[in-house]
Amino acid sequence: MVKNISNLGDAAVYCDFGSEVNEVINASVIDYFHHISKLIKDKKIEGITNLTPSYNKLIISFDLTITNYKKIKNFIEGLTINRDIKNNNQKIKIPVCCDDEYGLDFLRLIEKLNIDKDKILELYFGKEYFCYMTGFIAGMPFLGDLNENIRCDRLETPRLKMPKGSVGITEQFANIYTFESPGGWNIIGNTPKKIFDDKNLIQPALVNPGDKVSFYQITKEDYLNWNE
Amino acid sequence: MNKAYFEILRAGVNTTIQDKGRNHLYHVGIAVSGAIDQRNYTLSNKLVENQLIEPVVEFAYQGPLLKLKNGKINFAISGDILFKIIRKNLEVEEGECYKSYILDEEDQIDIISTKNSTYGYLAVNGGFDLEKSWGSYSINTKANIGPNDGKKYSLDDKIFIKKIDIKSPINKKINFDYSTDNIIRIIKGTNFDYFSKDAIDKLFNEDFLITNLADRMGIRLKGPKLENIKNTNIKSEGLVRGVIQVPADGNPIIMLSDHGTVGGYPKIGVVIAADLDLVGQLTPGTKINFKEVSLEEAQNIFKAYTEDTNKYLNECN
Repeated sequence: MVKNISNLGDAAVYCDFGSEVNEVINASVIDYFHHISKLIKDKKIEGITNLTPSYNKLIISFDLTITNYKKIKNFIEGLTINRDIKNNNQKIKIPVCCDDEYGLDFLRLIEKLNIDKDKILELYFGKEYFCYMTGFIAGMPFLGDLNENIRCDRLETPRLKMPKGSVGITEQFANIYTFESPGGWNIIGNTPKKIFDDKNLIQPALVNPGDKVSFYQITKEDYLNWNE
Repeated sequence: MNKAYFEILRAGVNTTIQDKGRNHLYHVGIAVSGAIDQRNYTLSNKLVENQLIEPVVEFAYQGPLLKLKNGKINFAISGDILFKIIRKNLEVEEGECYKSYILDEEDQIDIISTKNSTYGYLAVNGGFDLEKSWGSYSINTKANIGPNDGKKYSLDDKIFIKKIDIKSPINKKINFDYSTDNIIRIIKGTNFDYFSKDAIDKLFNEDFLITNLADRMGIRLKGPKLENIKNTNIKSEGLVRGVIQVPADGNPIIMLSDHGTVGGYPKIGVVIAADLDLVGQLTPGTKINFKEVSLEEAQNIFKAYTEDTNKYLNECN
């Protein structure tokens, strides 16, 4: 359930579901997201331009020439959300090469976490992750939760250019940079797999909220010869 | 009959197609894109009697050099722009913004540079002959979506035009007032209380400099370090245009149209909708100041801003 509703500037509503990150709270965010998406499609509410679900927040952007904060807030408060029972979540396996030329931040991680590279890899590859959300750049999945011994803050100053395919970690989360972009996560490797397909208008992202993801390590040779 | 098009003889720094933008895709990570300066985008269309939502060419700093092939068109340029029209017989005319011109086959438009702003807009009567992707014509170079395979234009590319052989010139003009005080009005962000009292004092009383790390995604500022007393990371959550994030180094970043759809740095404030066009146009080296306004004030300012845009549009009739 939404715990608090406030304004994010004058053209967005900030719905706060709590401060914890877990699958139950995230499921509630996703239920609101699906429910409101349907109401927009059925033209039951006007002026909403975007919905952005995340771990425990839902941001609703709107067109200030059509509606305003108060109207959208009242609309959200009046909703009754049913638990979304249909489950078409998938299990996805993603290859990663962790050679030093792809794992850009091992030196930083080894220093900050005080464990060696092999141990970082063992803990990273030894778990299946849950997809909480996609975003930042097209199709980037936000996965969790990492083993407690490999949790590290973001870079102090974000990189201007993360290489496409970079696989990153920060706090209890893992992600994949689907395009070259600025970014602040600690990079441990790179995947040759296509994670976002802009030609697929129905489901462009390989990984979607609710999916389970596991990673497996590949050699540089496998990486360079990767063919989908 | 052959289609009319612009041949690109010089691409310019960042020449793309833009329109109102692309909605309902934040949840997969696709930003709104669209013209950075929505008011000037709208005015450029009005000047050539287009529907106000036609796609136009957006350029930044140095613009393109374009040669018209197979046709005769009306065009107009909006913004604070230095440009010339080079006629087929090599006669050169100084271009005036906010005014419609006729362009003949083999004539060229040389968009030399923006002046005290970053972006400008070129509209042609009848619009460009392009395909929509995901509900918009905007080029998103970060996700490679939109016309020209989602990439900015390069030398020798062609931009096709729908209508050719205009019979009579459109005579339109707008007297646009470009003066600005560089005061950016903001509403407190959702992490306003993460910052020290000293940081808040500095935010509203000291100058911030637009650095050269500025593009369609966002603008990095340099000023007094804004001290975070709570946590320099938050759990990643949605962003919107105008959000001011402050990473651990204490320097604010303002999100623009191609911004990442989620972010994990605390939000100290959000630029009000009415000031987004102005913010996008700020050039590196400019000093700005922030001023706090309430939600209600912001809504009134937006109303006034929209009325002001409508005044320009009506003037153009």
